[in-house]
Amino acid sequence: MSIFSKYESLASSLKAVTAGGGRNPFNVVIEKPISSTVGLIEGRETLLFGTNNYLGLSQSPAAIEAAVEAARAYGVGTTGSRIANGTQGLHRQLEQRLAAFFRRRHCMVFSTGYQANLGTISALAGKDDYLLLDADSHASIYDGSRLGHAQVIRFRHNDADDLRKRLRRLDGTPGAKLVVVEGIYSMMGDVVPMAEFAAVKRETGAWLLADEAHSVGVMGEHGRGVAEADGVEDDVDFVVGTFSKSLGTVGGYCVSNHAGLDLIRLCSRPYMFTASLPPEVIAATMAALDEMERHPELRVQLMDNARRLHAGLQAAGLRTGPQASPVVSVVLDDIPVAVAFWNRLLDLGVYVNLSLPPATPDQHPLLRTSVMATHTPEQVDRAVEIFAVVAREMGLNHAA
Amino acid sequence: MTETVASVSALIVKTLLANPKVPRDINGSSKIVEDLAFDSLAVMNFVMEIEDTLDVSVPLDRLADIRTIDDLAACIVSLKQAS
Repeated sequence: MSIFSKYESLASSLKAVTAGGGRNPFNVVIEKPISSTVGLIEGRETLLFGTNNYLGLSQSPAAIEAAVEAARAYGVGTTGSRIANGTQGLHRQLEQRLAAFFRRRHCMVFSTGYQANLGTISALAGKDDYLLLDADSHASIYDGSRLGHAQVIRFRHNDADDLRKRLRRLDGTPGAKLVVVEGIYSMMGDVVPMAEFAAVKRETGAWLLADEAHSVGVMGEHGRGVAEADGVEDDVDFVVGTFSKSLGTVGGYCVSNHAGLDLIRLCSRPYMFTASLPPEVIAATMAALDEMERHPELRVQLMDNARRLHAGLQAAGLRTGPQASPVVSVVLDDIPVAVAFWNRLLDLGVYVNLSLPPATPDQHPLLRTSVMATHTPEQVDRAVEIFAVVAREMGLNHAA
Repeated sequence: MTETVASVSALIVKTLLANPKVPRDINGSSKIVEDLAFDSLAVMNFVMEIEDTLDVSVPLDRLADIRTIDDLAACIVSLKQAS
């Protein structure tokens, strides 16, 4: 028996997706980014509507220059973990810079956003504690819960009353209760009602961790995320985030006012047992953070584009999530239709993400788009037009 | 009311049969993943429904040991007794 035989159903699912000569949607190659909004795919210039590069900063000239200078000055890697030889002056500077940005006393930087969730959640919620997770949590949150051995209880998506009910069932049970929510959920782009969760946290004495990966740089007057936008930052004990979305690089972090965060450096395995971020990434991230702070108008452009895309797709008769946010997903009913739709979009020059169950809520396949501040209104309109053309070809523009 | 494994198992079967996609011939010894063709997310969502009906929370780590509907019923009864 092959060691891969347990993946036979996966192989047949992939075969079904690529049947009839369709592309492998999980193996798309962007041969070269031409700008933040256009990439070369299959030799053709293609509009990028699925890169999470919300502010377009992956192509920021200031960040590129900072990376080049840092590589020249410090080399291209640290060759070690944060607890050994992998902490350089730049790592400390970035942690101080992030702590100042979030107005928090402590910050830990991780090598990826995935590891930030894995390393924070697994270390905070131990064997005798309870983790209360939103049902639609990202894989990194679920994986963090498995690494930490806490008892894990799911509550209904974005439903603070359901969380309250589940916390009430734990009344009198020993162990800390850590609630984890996301600022913007990555599949449907829906925003957490953070003030409602903050109220439950205050009532019950639970701890609250917010993963603001998709909302930092996007929400709040200063771009600090949904907690800032809702005026409840003091109720959020830990903010986890990533550099690989609004800041355009790679890496992750956790910020907090709790001094105990520094102890986690000594027990968080995803922090301790991996190489630290290379100098050029840190320098580029700090430059991108400067750009983000210097250009609040990027957030305005981003939300204008999000509303334009959301309204356009709805007007084309397609089903989307309820609110306009930088993630706008078109919900379809069955997988073969979603696969054919996605292939046709790429034929016509628009790249989006194809998201399939069980990675999506409610078992529906999604054509997941993400918008950028750097998209022009004409690019957004062009993408909507191509969606509408494909919807008409496939007889899906029912409501239009 | 005190739940027994048999009464909880019957309630789970009834809840499952409300879903037209579930095979009609299920019973307490039916395997949740194999016989019902549920993926990991469907199992977690279905358990959430049962949790609400019985006012109990089943930690996810407990699900790893559950194969059949009766296993789930026994787990829920033990959690109810512990609380």
